[in-house]
Amino acid sequence: MPRKGAVQADDVSVDIDDEQSDSDDGTTKRRANRRQAGGGRGGGGGAKGRGRGKKAESDEEEEEDEAPKGRRGAQNKRPAKKRGGKKDDDDDDSEEEAPKNKRGGAANKRKGGKGRGGDDEDSPAEKGGKGRKGGKKGGKEEEDSKGKKGDGKGKDEKNKKKKKKDDSSSDSNSNSDEEEDSMSEGEMARLMEEVEEKKKLIANIRNKPWRMKRRLVLLREAQQFVDKFEGALGKGKGRKWYAYKVMMTKKWIKFQRDFENFRTACIPWERKIKEVESHFGSSVASYFIFLRWMYGMNLVLFGLTFGLVVMPEVLMGLPYGSIPRKTVPRAEQDTAQDYAVLMDFNGYCKYSVLFYGYYNDQRTIGLLKFRLPLAYLMVGIGTFGYSLMLVIRTMAKNADVGGGDGDEGEFTFAWKMFTSWDYLIGNAETADNKYASITTSFKESIVDEQENQKDENIHLRRFLRVLANFLITCSLGGSGYLIYFVVKRSQDFATRDDLSWYEKNELELIMSLLGLVCPPLFETIAELEDYHPRIALKWQLGRIFALFLGNLYTFLFALFDEVNTKLEEEQSIKNASIWAMKEYYANFSRLVNDSESTPPPMNPADVIRGPCWETAVGIEFVKLTVSDIQVTYLTILIGDFARAVIVRFLNYCWCWDLEAGFPSYGEFDISGNVLGLVFNQGMIWMGAFYAPGLVGINVLRLLSSMYYQCWAVMATNVPHERVFKASKSNNFYMGLLLLVLFLSLLPVVYTIMSLPPSFDCGPFSGKEKMFDVIMETIDLDLPAFMGTLFSYAANPGLIIPAVLLMVLAIYYLNSVSEAYQNSNMELKKKMQMARDEEKNRRNNTDSTNQVMKDLEDLLPNRSLAPPAPPEPEKPPEPEGKPTKTRGGAAGKGVDLQKDVSLASSNPNAREPVTRAPGARGRGQPPGGRGRGGPPPR
Amino acid sequence: MGNKQSIFTAQQLDAYQDCTYFTRKEILRLFYRYRDLAPQLVPLDYTKQPDVKLPYELIGSMPELKDNPFRQRIAEVFSEDGEGNMSLDDFLDMFSVLSEMAPRDLKAYYAFKIYDFNNDDFICKSDLEKTLNKLTRSELTEDEVKMVCEKVMDEADLDNDGRLSLEDFQHMIVRAPDFLSTFHIRI
Repeated sequence: MPRKGAVQADDVSVDIDDEQSDSDDGTTKRRANRRQAGGGRGGGGGAKGRGRGKKAESDEEEEEDEAPKGRRGAQNKRPAKKRGGKKDDDDDDSEEEAPKNKRGGAANKRKGGKGRGGDDEDSPAEKGGKGRKGGKKGGKEEEDSKGKKGDGKGKDEKNKKKKKKDDSSSDSNSNSDEEEDSMSEGEMARLMEEVEEKKKLIANIRNKPWRMKRRLVLLREAQQFVDKFEGALGKGKGRKWYAYKVMMTKKWIKFQRDFENFRTACIPWERKIKEVESHFGSSVASYFIFLRWMYGMNLVLFGLTFGLVVMPEVLMGLPYGSIPRKTVPRAEQDTAQDYAVLMDFNGYCKYSVLFYGYYNDQRTIGLLKFRLPLAYLMVGIGTFGYSLMLVIRTMAKNADVGGGDGDEGEFTFAWKMFTSWDYLIGNAETADNKYASITTSFKESIVDEQENQKDENIHLRRFLRVLANFLITCSLGGSGYLIYFVVKRSQDFATRDDLSWYEKNELELIMSLLGLVCPPLFETIAELEDYHPRIALKWQLGRIFALFLGNLYTFLFALFDEVNTKLEEEQSIKNASIWAMKEYYANFSRLVNDSESTPPPMNPADVIRGPCWETAVGIEFVKLTVSDIQVTYLTILIGDFARAVIVRFLNYCWCWDLEAGFPSYGEFDISGNVLGLVFNQGMIWMGAFYAPGLVGINVLRLLSSMYYQCWAVMATNVPHERVFKASKSNNFYMGLLLLVLFLSLLPVVYTIMSLPPSFDCGPFSGKEKMFDVIMETIDLDLPAFMGTLFSYAANPGLIIPAVLLMVLAIYYLNSVSEAYQNSNMELKKKMQMARDEEKNRRNNTDSTNQVMKDLEDLLPNRSLAPPAPPEPEKPPEPEGKPTKTRGGAAGKGVDLQKDVSLASSNPNAREPVTRAPGARGRGQPPGGRGRGGPPPR
Repeated sequence: MGNKQSIFTAQQLDAYQDCTYFTRKEILRLFYRYRDLAPQLVPLDYTKQPDVKLPYELIGSMPELKDNPFRQRIAEVFSEDGEGNMSLDDFLDMFSVLSEMAPRDLKAYYAFKIYDFNNDDFICKSDLEKTLNKLTRSELTEDEVKMVCEKVMDEADLDNDGRLSLEDFQHMIVRAPDFLSTFHIRI
């Protein structure tokens, strides 16, 4: 009878083999071998042989070739065992199945169990046979688990569970004559669970630290199992639905994978970044990754602006020259095409789709009835909304991944040891630098550790720091004033036309120059402060940030002055314009003397225009951006490229070594570049509302700068000598970006909400406020009740409570997070304490030995005991306590004595007395002799 | 996506995608990288799963690895025979773990293996010394090395058994801010 069971099992396995050979041809040969083996052996012997194979599988590092066979064996074995164990495992804990599944082979176990559904009633003898097998297997399993001991966590547990299962199966065959159903409810649920388990395995298999071969095999098995039994699940009505669901999930997974493939194929510059990375390490590459991220974001903004604003206007709006705002005025027409004028974004540029003023205030344009003014406002707001969302999401993700919540100093050396090597480095020179910097940092930490900061002349240092901060504040204020002055002057210049090139571009030049000169100046001043490089870097970043921010805001305030004067000007011009129009018609009718005929409309070039402050602001921002691009690129060209060329080629005929000496090659300035990028983005955000074309310019800038800077950094720069880490600063940069975003949001929202738009240009002309366009849409296009709904929603009575609620929610969440933080700290402290305690208890062998020895010297003298020759190899671990005792509590000492006396009850304790006397042990207390008893751990 | 490639079957590619963090394209790219190491050894047809292994000398000469002080350990850890001779599966495995997408725990596990020079499943003092000497090209004096190793043990060894177990290591490494960004090789 046992034979029968085995044969059945073999049948099952053959069956499966066939199936598998459908799906996979690769292992046919092996499988054939194995099948032979399986067929050759029979019954218990077969099971045994397979059991051996199974063991081989578990430690496959040693016998890889055996592994497939072993797995196969496991599969065959399962059904046999299953039959034994099945009787009682309905009430057996069902979760023990789960771990077993992972071990492979389980795929067929079910099958074995179920296939037998029909000819179920086996004779007890057969069961006995199976039970025997089960028992044998239990033995095997034991070996198995032994072999696995070192294999890692979790697995032992698994084995234990299995063993338990086996035991239960071997025990149970005596009394297990209950029914065995083919598909009961519980069965179903279990099967379902198992299928879910498999699915989870499939999804997570890449997270398992297994060898690829094993993973592949397991994956295949799991997939087959799922394929096989997924359909069997669900009964009656639910069945179809289930099948449908399964199908859809499969499709969805496939789609996801394709989408993922597509998405990764779309990520550009992976190669370039890798190249940079391997040359300069992760810190420089982080700049390029940031640049790429920025490019992606701007691409979306560009799509929004161009798809919803610029393209509709170009395709469906009125053409150039049709109305005054789309025409160059008569006075400017002669010079409108001059290169210099165009470069200032005047002339044709000013009256083009790039700027706010060009857009018409028609409510709808074209056949599609596209509501351009509304779209314009919505895109303006949407730009900010999208950027805000993206930045915050990225920050959250970074924080999630970054995870480093460890305190500084907790693991200084361990981190230095295990994370300081940058696996990205693939360049010998960088590797050399890295080795050097790692060595230095180790030495620094060692020095730090040995002597905690020798503070000589703290007063001088304090004075120097104050002085440095004073100097820097002065230069910040100076630069702010300079910009204000220049903006004021440029307003004077605006009224004159005999301007030199310099006078026209003074503002942009000054701003760029300040950005160029001040950071190195700050760095020089910061030398005075003598901070640790990491802190110094933070200060430096903060100062540059303040500089840029100050400049930007000074610029903005000056701009607001200008806008206000323009707004005043506008009123008179508006009147003049209307008057001129009337005059024109009056003249026309007087000249033609025909009051009936409608006069031809005035030539749009002749109409008197308002100053259109929006376009003026837009032009300022575009000019600023362009000059920023020029300065950046020129800096790279001169500061890096020319320098590199000179160093490289003049080195042959120079008196000192240029490459190693003074000029040498430039290093890539990560923080400066990132800050430049952040501020550039701030200008884009501010300017995009008034100059839709700015986003396009920025996309071009980022694109070109990616290639240009990649080339520059590879061609002209050398790796940093002190390679500092960028990963932490990643979110720091994002935080800066968020701050800049917020700061650039403010002026734009202010202008949208409170300044009246120009009367004769832009999509909002003729309205009181820009956002009136929304009101208009609500009133005219939406059903009436929506209007009332909105008016309710806009009611302060509703808004104030809403704001209040939000504030409360923020407060609540804040306090909750604080509480968590506190408990976190508490736990950390507890852990630390437990650890220290443990350490003290166990670790007194070496570290405190010196102190203890000294104390031991003192201790015996006091006790005045006869000079018993003490043991030389004093077991130090109980001695740690006496030291403590001396330190403080006397009560503890009593305890100790007890301990000691307990220890001395060991008769062997006196043994060491015979040893040679040591100097320090003279005069041990009576207990002290005992203390020598326990052998040193 | 149906461009012709006869190196793998569709099932194989799917299975590899399930088992690694790579997309189809990246798997193929890795295959070509692998093949470029020894075009005469690696066949262009993997549907039959040929048993090919590249010796460590070839693997270690890859530009991604050649400057890494731990290259030998990496190859040993990820190779099936423990000698650094890698089959394509091992190769994919290695870059999958070192890819950007791999989770912290998996990376930590393999990092532990890499730093465990004597394969005893614990990082002991001698492992630390080896690591340190590789990192600094033996430029620290013996006392310094000893002190650093002691400090590391002091910091990271939670159960005070004088060696770092996997748990100790993970506990320490998951808090490291730079671990994820540096234990990473872009392919």
